Amino acid sequence: MNGAFVISQSDKRPMYLQIMEQIKQRIAVGDWTEGQSIPSIRQLAVDLEVSVITVKRAYLELEREGIIVTQQGKGSHVASKPGLGARLQEQELEQHLEQATRLAALMGIRPEELENRLREAGDRITEKETI
Amino acid sequence: MSDLAIDLSGVRKKYKFFALDNIDLKIPEGQIMGLIGPNGAGKSTTIRIILGLVHQDAGEVRVLGHRMPAEQVAAKWEIGFASEDMRLYESMTLGWHMGFIQRIYPNWDAAYAQLLLKRFGLRAEQKIKGLSHGQRVKATLLLVLARKPKLLVLDEPTTGLDPVARHEILRELTAVMAEEGRSILFSSHNTHDVEQISDQITFIDRGRIIDSMDKELYLDRWRRLRLEVPHGVELPALPGIVGVQQDGRLAIATANAYFPGLANAYETSGARVQRIESMTLEEIFVANVQYSREEVEA
Repeated sequence: MNGAFVISQSDKRPMYLQIMEQIKQRIAVGDWTEGQSIPSIRQLAVDLEVSVITVKRAYLELEREGIIVTQQGKGSHVASKPGLGARLQEQELEQHLEQATRLAALMGIRPEELENRLREAGDRITEKETI
Repeated sequence: MSDLAIDLSGVRKKYKFFALDNIDLKIPEGQIMGLIGPNGAGKSTTIRIILGLVHQDAGEVRVLGHRMPAEQVAAKWEIGFASEDMRLYESMTLGWHMGFIQRIYPNWDAAYAQLLLKRFGLRAEQKIKGLSHGQRVKATLLLVLARKPKLLVLDEPTTGLDPVARHEILRELTAVMAEEGRSILFSSHNTHDVEQISDQITFIDRGRIIDSMDKELYLDRWRRLRLEVPHGVELPALPGIVGVQQDGRLAIATANAYFPGLANAYETSGARVQRIESMTLEEIFVANVQYSREEVEA
């Protein structure tokens, strides 16, 4: 069973992207380890109650990113690449930064100002942790 | 090329006030196809032609390799059909119906039928006349599913159901696909259901098929571009754009054949692309029906 996979209806992104993200999370937190076999496309589709083609798309994209490997007739497994977890976190950070930059541009905030805000956010977090 | 569970080509059917016009519909074996369209679009007529219940005026219909309507008797053993207007015997129990169908269809899976009873929250001792709408729909579906047909044809299986019942039904339909080689065609108004469980999508409106293809490819082709149009800049007419709404300096362009070059072309014209958004099947449905009607009328 893959009970903790949830496709969110309020998440505006396509379903295949949500599936990709949740697989990456499993790898990043270490639940799915390098070389471990992962559910077949058909099985995950049944568990998630989504179409086979949607899961297939997610697996294809993950394969293109080098995160999983699919072998004909043998199913799929997590790619064996050192530092995969770190790489995924790196990607996630990249996404958040892009999002913040886009929002800032929309609000008319200049890049230098954004840098300052980022430092301030860092200070706030350290403050909270020391309290 | 995989085998086709359903293969319609050039199918026509004329009624006094409605006509199905040149319907081509192909469903590969092992896939779920969602048939979407407004009321009166021709979904039910198409389904009835596939089942051999309505005879086409022209065109070829093959279902699981059987030529329809000529070979409908042979085909019926392998097809499971359920619709809202399915008649059950009101004064009989669900269990009586299960026994009845079991005697006719050799593929009946009694253990699976018991499992479905439990999953759907039904009881075999219940009489049909005491069932709620949702229970009736689930009972009908149970009777069809437990026969293990190679092809399931469902006319609006989730219409009028509460969210829990809908969820139970979608779960059973996707579970069918765990076995390779089984196929499902279902019609629905609920674009969310179709988006969730279909491999293939077919849009039908006013007796014509507007689009029929792989769901992922399809969703990928549609985009909404939010544009900022500076004073004096005129948006160019671009291929693949099916509609532009402009209000002052902000505009929204809808694309049905998106590629990154479209955004570049707008930028080149002097507009600024603020955001490129993917669309839900519901949004695509409405945009597509409006666009194709304009095309026909133009």
